[in-house]
Amino acid sequence: MSERLAVFKTYKLYVGGKFPRSESGRVYEVTDAKGSWLANAPLASRKDARDAVVAARKAFGGWSGATAYNRGQILYRVAEMLEGRRDQFVAEVADAEGLSKAKAAAQVDAAVDRWVWYAGWSDKVAQIAGSSNPVAGPYFNLSAPEPTGVVAVVAPQESSFLGLVSVLAPVIVTGNTAVVVAAERAPLPALSLAEVLATSDLPGGVVNLLSGRTAELSAPLAAHQDVNALDLAGADAALATELETAAADNLKRVLRPRATDWTADPGTDRLLSFLETKTVWHPMGV
Amino acid sequence: MRYGINADAARIRPFPGGSGRGVACRYARRYAPLVTMPTTVPAYGNEAAGRLASMADVTASNGALRRFLHGLPGVDAVGLQARAATLGTRSIKTTAKAYAIDLAISMIDLTTLEGADTPGKVRALCAKGVHPDPTDRTAPKVAAICVYPDMVATAKEALGDSGIHVASVATAFPAGRAALPVKLADTRDAVAAGADEIDMVIDRGAFLSGRYLEVFEEIKAVKEACARPDGPAAHLKVIFETGELQTYDNVRRVSWLAMLAGADFIKTSTGKVAVNATPPVTLLMLEAVRDFAAATGVQVGVKPAGGIRTTKDAVKYLVMVNETLGDAWLTADWFRFGASSLLNDLLMQRQKLSTGRYSGPDYVTVD
Repeated sequence: MSERLAVFKTYKLYVGGKFPRSESGRVYEVTDAKGSWLANAPLASRKDARDAVVAARKAFGGWSGATAYNRGQILYRVAEMLEGRRDQFVAEVADAEGLSKAKAAAQVDAAVDRWVWYAGWSDKVAQIAGSSNPVAGPYFNLSAPEPTGVVAVVAPQESSFLGLVSVLAPVIVTGNTAVVVAAERAPLPALSLAEVLATSDLPGGVVNLLSGRTAELSAPLAAHQDVNALDLAGADAALATELETAAADNLKRVLRPRATDWTADPGTDRLLSFLETKTVWHPMGV
Repeated sequence: MRYGINADAARIRPFPGGSGRGVACRYARRYAPLVTMPTTVPAYGNEAAGRLASMADVTASNGALRRFLHGLPGVDAVGLQARAATLGTRSIKTTAKAYAIDLAISMIDLTTLEGADTPGKVRALCAKGVHPDPTDRTAPKVAAICVYPDMVATAKEALGDSGIHVASVATAFPAGRAALPVKLADTRDAVAAGADEIDMVIDRGAFLSGRYLEVFEEIKAVKEACARPDGPAAHLKVIFETGELQTYDNVRRVSWLAMLAGADFIKTSTGKVAVNATPPVTLLMLEAVRDFAAATGVQVGVKPAGGIRTTKDAVKYLVMVNETLGDAWLTADWFRFGASSLLNDLLMQRQKLSTGRYSGPDYVTVD
């Protein structure tokens, strides 16, 4: 019996429901915490970022128009798929962050639980973010939360999987679509998450994942006129300032970076950060 | 130099009577006139008729026309597609791209051909044609606004003295299934309303069943209907609907047929069928125009229409024109894009080049 040949995995971007290589053809080496080679990841270019925004914009109508119940079901399905590939994610997180198997498993479990927790919010967020307003006239006055649009997410650098899930799930559960820049030095769990998303009934383009240099990718996203909001979770202070300046051009909503313990209860803060309030006046009738 | 001069050319008559006889004869037809006819004249000018008259023998009867058209060299489909694909790989960047974008905008026939067209929509489109980017007045205006005949007067009024032409589809567009008197009345109507250009459709049924002379006479009749007693005639664009013509050979034949009948422009498609303008078909038509100009000295324009939505596609077509016909054709007088959504993409790319930021659909009009 001869020894099996090693089958290496080609990690790819996730854009518009497909797995393309970078338009630039570039890759970069991803190493584990000790510096030994793990895999080559695509080094996405600004054109990949542009394509991702186009895909996210295209998906926005369908995703934001889907019923909250349907979105919740799809996100729950994602959690089911994550659970099924738990071992793979444990191994990848352990490599990426230099954790022991047990600690990595705890991270992955927390991430799956977090995904389920956010999935439940899809049809409940309107209860806490919406209201029926008392007005001085014969009208019903109702405020309802609506998704902001295309959100560019700079994923946390230090928590490659739990951190990613904690910033991605609250963006899409309310009906936004996302372009995510994965952690620069630990993109593999994110790129594997894309495979889960692609097999979970999540429409193509709702989540688009890019790996590469955070500064190179986030700059064109922050300046892009068709991006509506920016989550700077993974940007350092200098980069965040630069991106915020670029984002001011078309008045993007910006969530500034702050020190976060990703294992702690997240609260609804991120969930409510990428919503617009629509208020309607409706005559009461006779 | 684009054409080599064939050594045999001088010994062979430019236009052998009847059809081509053999390969040498066919190619001689392409090259010989370079010696005898150094200048090209526009298809809409007075001189063109005289040059076309020199080809009268090939259109004398259906049989003669058939022999001529079937005597044209067959199309090498693989070679054509490979050539079109190769020309699509050119990298056009920075200043060249900026030039190409502005050139493409100035070549657009901004089109609305919907049953739901209203005068308001046509006026809005005209306003957009005059100032494609309201935030940047350096954006060039489009070449023409293309509408149905009943909207010509509205468009004409809305465009005023902006210099933008009004093009009108006619002859029972898009099917072309109507009696000749109806088609001619349709055309005269549009011309009377002030159309500067008429986009006619050919009778594909007649062409496909081999009644070439019927198609020829129909184009001639429509061209006559484009005349205006009190001014310059409307230019005639002839739509082939190449998606319905089955073969490349047919596209080459119909191109020659229409140019012989006096078309000022040849146009690929109506935009109303599944297959519209494709790079190989357009390249083939450009080559036909090149050969026709070499043979008769008459310059004819080309208009691909339908399915061209991105700046990238448009630039590929411009490369094709430059490589096939040269820059004499790189103006709105001789090359047009039939498009509606293309303009928005060109404008977004234009904004990207001038600001450095990617633009989005929120910054262009929704038509």
